[in-house]
Amino acid sequence: MGSLPDIFSTLMQGLKVTLLVLVLSIICSTIIALVAGLSRVSTNRLVTGVTGFYVEIFRGTSLIVQLFWFSYALPGLFNIHLGSDIWVAVLAISLNYGAYMSEIVRGSIQAVPAGQTEASIALNLSKFQRMRHIIIPQAVRMMLPEYGNYLIQILKATSLVSLIGLTDLLYYGNIYRSTHLSDSPTVYLLLLVMYFVIALPLIAFTKKMESMSKKGVALG
Amino acid sequence: MDEPIVKYKDVHKSFGDIEVLKGIDLDIQPAEKVALIGPSGSGKTTIIRMLMTLEEPTMGVIDVGGRNLWQMEKKGEWVRADDSHLHSIRGDIGMVFQHFNLFPHMTILENCMLAPVLVKNESKKEVKATSVEMLEKVGLGDKIDLYPAQLSGGQKQRVAMARALMMRPKVMLFDEVTSALDPELVGEVLEVIRDLAKEGEMAMILVTHEMDFALDIADRVVFLNDGVIEEEGHPEDILVNPKSERLQDFLSRFTVNR
Ligand SMILES: Nc1ncnc2c1ncn2[C@@H]1O[C@H](COP(=O)(O)OP(=O)(O)OP(=O)(O)O)[C@@H](O)[C@H]1O
Ligand SMILES: [Mg+2]
Repeated sequence: MGSLPDIFSTLMQGLKVTLLVLVLSIICSTIIALVAGLSRVSTNRLVTGVTGFYVEIFRGTSLIVQLFWFSYALPGLFNIHLGSDIWVAVLAISLNYGAYMSEIVRGSIQAVPAGQTEASIALNLSKFQRMRHIIIPQAVRMMLPEYGNYLIQILKATSLVSLIGLTDLLYYGNIYRSTHLSDSPTVYLLLLVMYFVIALPLIAFTKKMESMSKKGVALG
Repeated sequence: MDEPIVKYKDVHKSFGDIEVLKGIDLDIQPAEKVALIGPSGSGKTTIIRMLMTLEEPTMGVIDVGGRNLWQMEKKGEWVRADDSHLHSIRGDIGMVFQHFNLFPHMTILENCMLAPVLVKNESKKEVKATSVEMLEKVGLGDKIDLYPAQLSGGQKQRVAMARALMMRPKVMLFDEVTSALDPELVGEVLEVIRDLAKEGEMAMILVTHEMDFALDIADRVVFLNDGVIEEEGHPEDILVNPKSERLQDFLSRFTVNR
């Protein structure tokens, strides 16, 4: 029978990978979401077409399958190697969640009332200035609460990376359990708590964004 | 008379298959105050939106200060105006909207400062000083750090006017700027427009249903009906002694107090 500190110190070995994948995925998926979201409201048909295709592909297939593709199928079929396993995981998660999150970016930009654009044309702002100073700041306020929700989902998605051999929290949990079967409940309870503690700042962020976004958005 | 600041020459506008403006000829003199009246759907808003470059005419020419707004010359040919052409002329025009369209994420001071700083590259310090002055002029000097959501409709509309004035346009367009307001707030907004009109140098086109106000401040009243200018002339002639039956019919819905 292992002790709680024993289990805890084993799990802690996986914390670094979980946090690393989480932080890198949040950064990359945010960038992807912004770029793809802006592309989807572009007036260039080719740009909207290509990003639309990307978004549908990644929303239409599951993250696990995408993880396996990047990690096993691409190298096997086309001899494409995407780098270390961490980067493979980050790429798959970011492309997947970037696709979902680009839809919030697009929706928020389109939800800024037309009168805002018209007023900024009347003030002779350039297209870029309109986007930069009027549309995007208001769109960001609208998208932040949902964005926070996606960050929590990304955290949950990181627990899949042990499936492609990354040594994260869940991986060490499973390792420990396989040698101390009777400790299974304790291991998984501790995992739950640890994931929840990591989620706490993300939850707080979401709450804060919700209250912030209630201010400063045009009501028509 | 001077050269007109704005000239509409046989301007047509269709939305899809429906022609809403059927050949508009209209000259606006510098500093002239023109009231545009007419029934709902007659095309009043569309006329001024084309001048503000928010809507492109289907046919015809609009000149601003002698320059063709919607076409430009390129290698000896007239082609559709591009962004930079529109940008170079649009500075002469300003507009106040029915629903204010203030920027909700900025204070009212920031609303006023934004365009002069970004578009005219004026120094922030000077723009701030003139913005405060402008907001004082419309009676909001004590509210400069509030956000639009914290203001009444009448106050919002006065901010919208201050913001548009900051760009010093030669022609200011007003699209039913009091019709979204509670009745008790209409007066304060009309008062600001009246003061502007008295100052004089800026031309104004006012789409309005306030007939007394039009009679009071306009140099000329234009009656638009079904996409054409049915009658125009001196405010007294148009509003008090209308000739056409349609205009008489339209005015019978209002009480005009001389
Ligand atoms: N973007 C648009 N798409 C389609 N039809 C439009 C559009 N804008 C205006 N119209 C139509 O053109 C006609 C003229 O509209 P406009 O807004 O200029 O009228 P108006 O005289 O300002 O009316 P109101 O007094 O109700 O404001 C209307 O029949 C309107 O439905
Ligand atoms: Mg109108």
